[in-house]
Amino acid sequence: MALTDAIVEMEDISIEFPGVKALQHVDFRLFPGEIHTLMGENGAGKSTLIKALTGVYKIDGGSIAVAGEPRMFTGTADAQSAGISTVYQEVNLCDNLTVGENVMLGHEIRGAFGINWRKTNEAAREALVGLGLGHLDPKQPLSSISLALQQLVAISRAMVAKSKVLILDEPTSSLDANEVEGLFGVMRRLRDQGVAILFVSHFLDQVYAISDRMTVLRNGEFVGEYLTADLDRTQLISKMIGKDFGTLAALGSNRGRVAAPDATPFYSATDLGRKGSIDPVDIEVHAGEVVGLAGLLGSGRTELGRLIYGADRPDTGEVRIGGVSAEVHSPIAGLSKKIAFSTENRRDEGIIGDLTVRENLILAVQAERGWARPLSRREQKELCDKYLVELNVRPADPERPIKNLSGGNQQKVLLGRWLATNPELIVLDEPTRGIDIGAKAEIQEAIAALAESGMSVVFISSELEEVVRLSERIVVLKDHRKIGELVNGPDVTAETIVDLIATEGSAA
Amino acid sequence: MSTASTTPARSRDRSLLGTIIHQPYIWAVVALVLLLVINLVKDPGYLGVAVNPTTGNLSGNLIDLLRASAPVMMIAVGMTLVIATRGIDLSVGSVMAVSGAVSMEFMSNAGDGSVGTALAAAGLALAISAGLGAINGVLVSIVGLQPFITTLITMLAGRGLAKVITAGQNTSATNEPFRWIANGTVLGFPVVFVIAGVIVAIVAVFIRRSALGLMIESIGINPKAARMAGIRPIGILISVYVVSGILAGVAGIFSVASVMTVEVSKTGLAAEMDAILAVVIGGTSLAGGKFSLTGSVIGALLIATLDKTIVFLSIPSEATPAFKAAVIVVICLLQSQRVRALFARRRAKAAPTDPGAGSPRPTAPRKESVPA
Repeated sequence: MALTDAIVEMEDISIEFPGVKALQHVDFRLFPGEIHTLMGENGAGKSTLIKALTGVYKIDGGSIAVAGEPRMFTGTADAQSAGISTVYQEVNLCDNLTVGENVMLGHEIRGAFGINWRKTNEAAREALVGLGLGHLDPKQPLSSISLALQQLVAISRAMVAKSKVLILDEPTSSLDANEVEGLFGVMRRLRDQGVAILFVSHFLDQVYAISDRMTVLRNGEFVGEYLTADLDRTQLISKMIGKDFGTLAALGSNRGRVAAPDATPFYSATDLGRKGSIDPVDIEVHAGEVVGLAGLLGSGRTELGRLIYGADRPDTGEVRIGGVSAEVHSPIAGLSKKIAFSTENRRDEGIIGDLTVRENLILAVQAERGWARPLSRREQKELCDKYLVELNVRPADPERPIKNLSGGNQQKVLLGRWLATNPELIVLDEPTRGIDIGAKAEIQEAIAALAESGMSVVFISSELEEVVRLSERIVVLKDHRKIGELVNGPDVTAETIVDLIATEGSAA
Repeated sequence: MSTASTTPARSRDRSLLGTIIHQPYIWAVVALVLLLVINLVKDPGYLGVAVNPTTGNLSGNLIDLLRASAPVMMIAVGMTLVIATRGIDLSVGSVMAVSGAVSMEFMSNAGDGSVGTALAAAGLALAISAGLGAINGVLVSIVGLQPFITTLITMLAGRGLAKVITAGQNTSATNEPFRWIANGTVLGFPVVFVIAGVIVAIVAVFIRRSALGLMIESIGINPKAARMAGIRPIGILISVYVVSGILAGVAGIFSVASVMTVEVSKTGLAAEMDAILAVVIGGTSLAGGKFSLTGSVIGALLIATLDKTIVFLSIPSEATPAFKAAVIVVICLLQSQRVRALFARRRAKAAPTDPGAGSPRPTAPRKESVPA
């Protein structure tokens, strides 16, 4: 070992859950002033390793040393008091408190009469300025700022706690390009101050843009530690998935299957809109067609998807399904019209955490049938057998609580929930967000196969390349309105869409 | 599902005993046995059940206990469903008083003592109880008021309503068929217990054989996700509050029938506390979600046993609430994740872990490895 001043040194870490070897003999080192990325597919053990470090999970073998001393933390709070802070995938802050209160939570400045709010807010402002966030008012409620800024607030909080190690678990999964740049600016600033940063992301571009070193895990095993400069993308991906890149490259484009223009669309809406969420939009989806909704985060793509399903009640517009006028004002109305909606917000609007995989899978089918006609044991088993295998859910145990599955596998169960209702139209809001490249390819293939089988798909993604690759037509949104619609073809690329957005919809 | 009666977990090699030991209400069962043992030590004949040779009626402390547990059991079952949806029903005690007042007032005015009058009185009482439950349900689900505030209001209003119905009097009535509900027997068992048992069975079958249980749990665990999956919460919420109201009405009939008098300021007083305690002891979290009707029934039995034990041990009446509290605190402590984790850790230290024999529970972070 050439360098001896590692701030975190984990050696030979093994963790076992009943029936699963989550980590086997994994080594991990983190040095002050570096950004170190943890790479691996879903379920490779990235989150488990982080939780082993912060003491959320007890390790069954190996040793952990922090600043040269053997340590065994009892939990996140204990780790934090030793200078190791974690900012999770889904931000863990208090929505109902102000920015300043969140930054200073647990470190409020006390005066003779309890908390001195003036000084506390000043300290919060200093912490924010230190990260280049001087424009944030500590007194505004946290819920009033974007998710990206909330993440930065969480980092500020870690800095107030004088952290020497900052763990960022999937911080960029819901940020747009500018926001990611902002985050990276903060990360570089902290690195230059000597903070050691452990970064987890599925976006290869981002990993290559920001990280100095990377550790690759596969199926709970240690693959290797590399300098970013020494490992190109193809090598990295083959190390992550343990096979070469061919399967991904082979995933062809769907372009060119444009439906006959005179056919009645399965779904059509005119002036579909809702005050405060999206201006009236016209949209048509034919059977077997993938329509992409493209736009930046906050452009109204999710809102439009929700209106199509009935998750929100539209207040203008006329909807025709199969040519017949229809009202879709609630999720159950959407379901009964054979529309399904897979949310981008898996934790809050998707999974029912304490219920089993089976119960989560059958929920929408059951809701559609009503409480009085329960699915029989046999019907439930058939649905589970079918979708757990078809979607390659791991582990394929229907009686496991869904909260114990990895994010990608939860996503697959949710996709199964909707497919089980035999929808004619499925709205997929960011189905590939925050999941690894292998599962991403699996889901993209599944979407292409669905359309091939005649299902209509509305596909929402912040990755424009993905939208272009999968969609026949692309509806482009900006600032809560539709600014254009493209028929996909050889000359349409992600740049075409970016240009359209940049020129403010003059093409519409 | 928490009753574990239907899950394929059975197919894994777990004995019935093993299944019971893993239930969240195991400590309530232990406490129940322990209380009975204490009584037995004080009086070795405590558990004796005598059969009256002429009537075939059973008598003894155990039978008294079943009789006493019936009202708590009723409100605990209703409370379980409400709590599972993230709600709470503080109004059950007052609904008991209203139900008692309605039936007594009706019978004292009718005054003929016939079976028809008894049935009409009970029917009217239950209808009004259901109405009060419906008010709770509508305010919670459609208007969107907090369950705590909503049912606090009906709790206060209900007690007032009971007093208005009887004009502030403790109304008495004479009606043998009605009295039979509390004092009669069926096959030697007290009628109240038989009715309570049948009602619990009906509710349990209805909830678990239909998809209502799944939907109630979904709403309790993640209301947003449940709605997005197509579940309509309004109907389900109104139903659980109506069921809670009706069951409180039944409990009210039980408790006035034995003395044939409604004491408008005392009937059902603090009954909501007993019901909530029974639910919690039974292992249903106040945060909502997964629920166990079996657990709540055991909780209700425990509360009734506790009440009787306190009297039997002649603990001074001033000290009874404290004694009750102490027992309940201990049970809740034993059920808490943290305390259990502490025990598991100590056991894990005592015995070296055997990697092959991990418990089949998948909950990795709070693994309760039970060394074989």
